[in-house]
Amino acid sequence: MKKSKTARGYFLNTAVIVVLFTAFQFVTEALGSRSSFKLVLAPCLWQCCYLIILAASLNMVLGFLGQLSLGHCGFMAVGAYTAALISLACERAGVFGDKHGAAFVLVLFGCILAAGLLAAVVGLLLGIPALRLKGDYLAIITLGFGMIIVNIINNLPFCGQDGLALGSAAASLYKNGLGFGSKGKVEYLWAAISVTVICLTLMFMFVRSKYGRAIRAIRDDEIAASASGINTSFYKVFTFAYSAFFAGIAGALYACANATLSTASFAFTNGGILNSTFVVVMVVLGGMGSMTGSIVAAVIMFFVNYEIKNGAWVSALPAAVSGVFEYPMLVYALVLIIVIMFRPKGIFGSYEFSLQNLIPDIRAAHAARAAAKAERKEAGSHV
Amino acid sequence: MSEAERIPVLETRKLGISFGGLKAVNDFNIKIYQGELVGLIGPNGAGKTTVFNLLTGVYVPTEGTVMLNGVPLNGKKTYQFVHAGVARTFQNIRLFRDMSVIDNVRAAFTKDIKYNFFDASFRTPRFWNEEKKITEKAMDLLRLCRLDDVAEVPASGLPYGRQRKLEIARALATDMKLLLLDEPAAGMNPTETAELLECINTIRDRFGIAILLIEHDMSLVMNVCQRIQVIDYGQTIASGLPEEIAKNPKVIAAYLGE
Amino acid sequence: MSTFFQTLIVGLRLGSIYALIALGYTMVYGIIRLINFAHGDFIMVGGYTMIFVVPAVLALGLPAWAAVVAAIAVCVLVGMATELIAYRPVRKKGTAMTALITAIAMSLFLENLAQAIPAIGPNPKVASQIFSAGGISIGPVTLEYTTIITIVISAVVMIVLWEFTQKTRLGRAMRCVSEDKAAATLMGINVNRTILLTFAIGSGLAAVAALMYMAQYPKVYTTMGSLLGLKAFVSAVLGGIGIIPGAVLGGIVIGLVESFTTSYISSSMADTFVFLILIVVLIIKPAGILGRNAGEKV
Repeated sequence: MKKSKTARGYFLNTAVIVVLFTAFQFVTEALGSRSSFKLVLAPCLWQCCYLIILAASLNMVLGFLGQLSLGHCGFMAVGAYTAALISLACERAGVFGDKHGAAFVLVLFGCILAAGLLAAVVGLLLGIPALRLKGDYLAIITLGFGMIIVNIINNLPFCGQDGLALGSAAASLYKNGLGFGSKGKVEYLWAAISVTVICLTLMFMFVRSKYGRAIRAIRDDEIAASASGINTSFYKVFTFAYSAFFAGIAGALYACANATLSTASFAFTNGGILNSTFVVVMVVLGGMGSMTGSIVAAVIMFFVNYEIKNGAWVSALPAAVSGVFEYPMLVYALVLIIVIMFRPKGIFGSYEFSLQNLIPDIRAAHAARAAAKAERKEAGSHV
Repeated sequence: MSEAERIPVLETRKLGISFGGLKAVNDFNIKIYQGELVGLIGPNGAGKTTVFNLLTGVYVPTEGTVMLNGVPLNGKKTYQFVHAGVARTFQNIRLFRDMSVIDNVRAAFTKDIKYNFFDASFRTPRFWNEEKKITEKAMDLLRLCRLDDVAEVPASGLPYGRQRKLEIARALATDMKLLLLDEPAAGMNPTETAELLECINTIRDRFGIAILLIEHDMSLVMNVCQRIQVIDYGQTIASGLPEEIAKNPKVIAAYLGE
Repeated sequence: MSTFFQTLIVGLRLGSIYALIALGYTMVYGIIRLINFAHGDFIMVGGYTMIFVVPAVLALGLPAWAAVVAAIAVCVLVGMATELIAYRPVRKKGTAMTALITAIAMSLFLENLAQAIPAIGPNPKVASQIFSAGGISIGPVTLEYTTIITIVISAVVMIVLWEFTQKTRLGRAMRCVSEDKAAATLMGINVNRTILLTFAIGSGLAAVAALMYMAQYPKVYTTMGSLLGLKAFVSAVLGGIGIIPGAVLGGIVIGLVESFTTSYISSSMADTFVFLILIVVLIIKPAGILGRNAGEKV
């Protein structure tokens, strides 16, 4: 009985995803040539895609495993450089000429997978020493990693400080690698979105299995978890590496969306959107332990960031207010402090959106609210 | 088979641990056979919980050995003790607070779940079968501990007495040969205690396991345990049948103070 | 050979700065088990205070280093405010994780707030000479005055701090609170006030560290605290977190590693080496050089 319900849920979800995706393809066909779509919406969607993957993957570590990782963008950098370098190598070897055809699509997905795998290996190497221990060592090691990785990439002869130039700006991703221009971003939007959907599905399957149960148990009480036969070190390191895998994939998508790479954009002190702390803000805002929350928060934060930078209304504000927006990280730091203080569970807590349970969930929420109200009223009448 | 020839489920030899020169437990020897319920008692700070921590690999003993069914467990980690067949509950309840009651139990089944990462990621039939199997097993255990009505409630939402029972249910899920209960009746009212005793007896009869019980309440221990071992200042001061222990002058002195 | 001694001296000097910062980390961690990520930024606060106060101090006819008094005062205030406004409320109702996130948010907040203040801005500021130039030459090796002063002051501060925690009432209270908060309360110790005091002392040390740092590297910028703080924290972990002599030892070791890597391998790899050392230590002896492994009470 229970299984048939889950089966129905899967069927429903798959059907909805297929329908939405087809509809989306039609919209892309119809609007693809419009400049507002090409120049604004498509690049925004690409950014949203990798931010969503980034936030959701950090949530596995932060929300489900209960460990603070502060170098998530470091893994993204590893992934971005891996994907970029492989694509450049393939182009040089003549695997693909222009960015069309089956060969290129194969290279594209190969690069994305390789980016994830290398990031996972780095995550493994980092997680083994840090996660064997209890306490906050992961926070400090990942913080260090986030600062050092930029250094290391800069010192690698084949990466270099000024992006992937190999001595000349001619070898830009845009021209020779997998970097997409505005037209390419529209053409391959399906790739970004399907990669995102696949990643989210895999992460969701992970947290809704014995793996997810084990890591939530570790989060709640590590000693009790090991006293229940859970190999805590294994699950911690595995989850951390798996999370790094997805961050690497996000990095590959980032490489696709940019003309060239520069380590500065992944640097820890970077005031922009690609900041490991910014990812933490997204996860905390959405709710540690809710994949739905991470997705929503990633989109919200992207939108806020976009509006602060590009919105016409910003210049209409009084100078004192718009002055603060010159330093968006200041705003995000405040958001983070306020959320942690007043709503530590974030927007969604540990709630997960589900098509099938949407209506019962809304009903339950209404009932809970009504009950809380009644209780308050009752408490009031007693006073 | 005579008692001497049977292999005890748990046997310790000269088990001891010292913290910076202080011997918290010294020369601790115990043998527990299948189906036995043994009590470990002693005044506050006598080292009872330390013994449990040694028996589950939470602390590494500075001397001596722990053997389970004749197999020494030296140098093993806590989860490996559990895999070998030792399960425990905690003196101060340690549940997975933000997980549902049934997930608390299902998490303890982790080591027995046969599907791998691939099965989980792509939801193969093996995944569904295994999940179904352990969900049924978990419900079974919840029913045994009368917790089946709150399966989907977060563990932190249960009343105290039921949290204790959930800890026992979770321990049972590890498929153990030896169950260590650390003051299971602490803070319970007489009705809850009586229910708990019934639960413990059912478990012993149904699973045929050995149980080692730490308890403060002397009358409770006297009633249910077949044998009792008394420790004080980390030393065994007496061991034997309940009626012998009750009359032992050393035990009386330790409890009343000299 | 002279390169070797020069490198050694540079390492010792750098190490004593790290040690001063590490003391702040270790004291706070020892008492509330929180990595105070904002601690590195207290150095930045101290640095900017000095930048603004030094001209006034010079105008009064006092030596430039006297500005450190103002820096200490400001840092102590900022440190205490951080504890009161952010950490204490979160500690009361949150988990270790939320406290840690608050700490990283505070660090981010301080860095970006500094940037948003017009007088500070995002560009580095150059500090004036703090100690008189010159030094003593012993054979081929030159000992700058700055170096001597840095090492001496650090040593004095550490000894005073050690004596303080061991001999005074307040110091004993701090040690009590770090051992067991509940028991300390029962013994009549005001736990919250003791924690606040720890923050005050730690932040004051950060201001002294800022003086030493600026005497050597006369440049101040808003993110100067993050890498400096990270290395100091690594020092604290290396020596054994929560242990005062450990922080000093760790600081010296990290300082030496950094200076030797810089002069014999490559300056751009120095940070990477420091980081590698942290990983190696965590694998071999997770409790640090002077630490002892203490299991969680079950």
